[in-house]
Amino acid sequence: MSSETLTPQMSSSAAMVRTLGIVATVCGVIIVGAYESTYSAVAANKKLALERAVFKVLPGSKSITEFVAGPNGVTEGTDVPAGSVKFYAAYDAEGRLNGVAAEAAARGYADVVRILYGYSPDCQCIVGIGVVSMRETPGIGDKIITDKDFLANFQALDVRLNAEMSGLANAVKTVKHGTKTQPWQIDAISGATVTSKAVGRGINDSAQALLPKLVPNLDKIRSKAS
Amino acid sequence: MAPETLGQIFVNALLANNFVLAMFLGLCPFLGVSGRLSTAFPMGVATSFVMLVASLCAYGLNLLLTQFHLEFLRLISYIVVIASAVQLVEMVLKKFSPGLFRALGIYLPLITTNCAVLGVALFQTAREYSFLQSLAFSFGGGAGFTLALVLMASVRERLELSDVPGVAQGTALSLMLAGLLSLAFMGFAGLGG
Amino acid sequence: MNPQQPERLSMDTFLEGIWRQNPVFVMMLGMCPTLAVTVSAVNALSMGVATAFVLVASALLVSLLRHAVPKEVRIATYIVIIATFVTVVDYAIQAISLALYDALGAFIQLIVVNCIILGRAEAHSSKHPPLVAVTNALGMGAGFTIGLFALGSVREIFGTGTLFGFPLFGPDFQPWVVMVLPPGGFFVLAAWLLLFAWFRRRKERLAALAAGGQQHGA
Repeated sequence: MSSETLTPQMSSSAAMVRTLGIVATVCGVIIVGAYESTYSAVAANKKLALERAVFKVLPGSKSITEFVAGPNGVTEGTDVPAGSVKFYAAYDAEGRLNGVAAEAAARGYADVVRILYGYSPDCQCIVGIGVVSMRETPGIGDKIITDKDFLANFQALDVRLNAEMSGLANAVKTVKHGTKTQPWQIDAISGATVTSKAVGRGINDSAQALLPKLVPNLDKIRSKAS
Repeated sequence: MAPETLGQIFVNALLANNFVLAMFLGLCPFLGVSGRLSTAFPMGVATSFVMLVASLCAYGLNLLLTQFHLEFLRLISYIVVIASAVQLVEMVLKKFSPGLFRALGIYLPLITTNCAVLGVALFQTAREYSFLQSLAFSFGGGAGFTLALVLMASVRERLELSDVPGVAQGTALSLMLAGLLSLAFMGFAGLGG
Repeated sequence: MNPQQPERLSMDTFLEGIWRQNPVFVMMLGMCPTLAVTVSAVNALSMGVATAFVLVASALLVSLLRHAVPKEVRIATYIVIIATFVTVVDYAIQAISLALYDALGAFIQLIVVNCIILGRAEAHSSKHPPLVAVTNALGMGAGFTIGLFALGSVREIFGTGTLFGFPLFGPDFQPWVVMVLPPGGFFVLAAWLLLFAWFRRRKERLAALAAGGQQHGA
């Protein structure tokens, strides 16, 4: 201990580099260890959450396959190149297509509102939505989860394609509470317009991007690939 | 999601989602340095500069890390880069503006532990902003931080001459002030479209 | 010059972080997660436990390495160590509950810039043996968790009428929504500080009265 007070000199660069190197190595090992040991649990959690969300908007589904819809058709997979849209095909117990689920996101009051919506090819409409994540005002914006009238908007939301199959025949639009007249409109929650509009915008953007690529290729995914 | 325009991102970070008053980032300096307007403003500017540098470096680092599938090193590399950026700013200030360097004192190295700086990097990564969007975000965030700091300092300077009940003096008063400012800023909601 | 006397392990080592140097109410450090995450009691507790884990783990490692780290690079070393354990906590929470991870959001990773941890590493862990450092860190972590819980429970009770998700009042309860919004965080913390300040002054006044009474004789 006395040598420390006798020679107060700067530590050599070698000592500093050596220490940092050892610390970095030890920490690197710890991080990689944590990552590897939690990897399977995290993946399982994510899969479970996705299944729960999709089964909720498309009741009767028993399994999910991830697809990517691009300009050249639909392919099974998880990598989403630019210009393509990811979606989930939900199959019932016999392997028949129950519906398609996709994510929609738009900026709400506080942060991005992410929802999952279920699309039924038979009626060419959206049959249900589920909120994936949001930070809207509790008691006001978060009513999009609980308000029965608002959710009823999405039991048969018309998202038919136009004749050229290049976009929606009528864009999905959120209108003021009580003024809904058309099946492609969403009646906003009174007092929660910003959040309601975000839901409408997100669904419109997603449907406009996904459906023109998906609908012409529906037959390819009608039954579950074994 | 329809990409947010640069203007929307900037205005959002500045007002509706102000880093300090809405997202609770950068509170330690907000409560610690906002006593005097003369120190609050330079502190805001210095922090904004570090935020900008952090944002640029984080963007580049993220590209590199995702290329090599090393995402789990993200946090550690961000914070190391931020610490280095702050060291750099310190050295530059010491050389070119020693008066300011002395005035900011201990608070300059403390920018490293400012949640707002790391927050910029983390949020822009989570929202997958492009390069220009990240720039707009860090500009808006820095401007918002400085704005909050300056507002707070102005009011606190006036309060020094007021008759405040003994129980409420000090940090409790600053917190109540901050709450009122935060409440006021909630009025900006929806401004960014 | 005499080196600082190494602290002997005592109950005080642990209790110091809970009351006298409580990170939330006294030292006012680590404010960002304190206000952002305490919208419910569960979130508050989880954040407190996560931070306590990082505190203790980094205190242990810093203390073990205290003689090996050259003075010039000590801050960089502490930061790397802290960031490592925060990354570990980040993945651990993802593995335990995705819902919790979503609720705590970016503030898990922001634990790395929580002034408490770096401050403790610099001021305490680097100067004391592992057992003392860990005990002190445990006390700080406990104090931080208690502070967070005090905030989170009040905000949850008034803002949503529930505690830990269990409704406390009848269905006609009108939630005081501002409590779970950013301004509410500021107000509730200010209220707690006001309460403590009031207690402190009352205690001082009573002590002064008692001392004055004794002076003049019974």
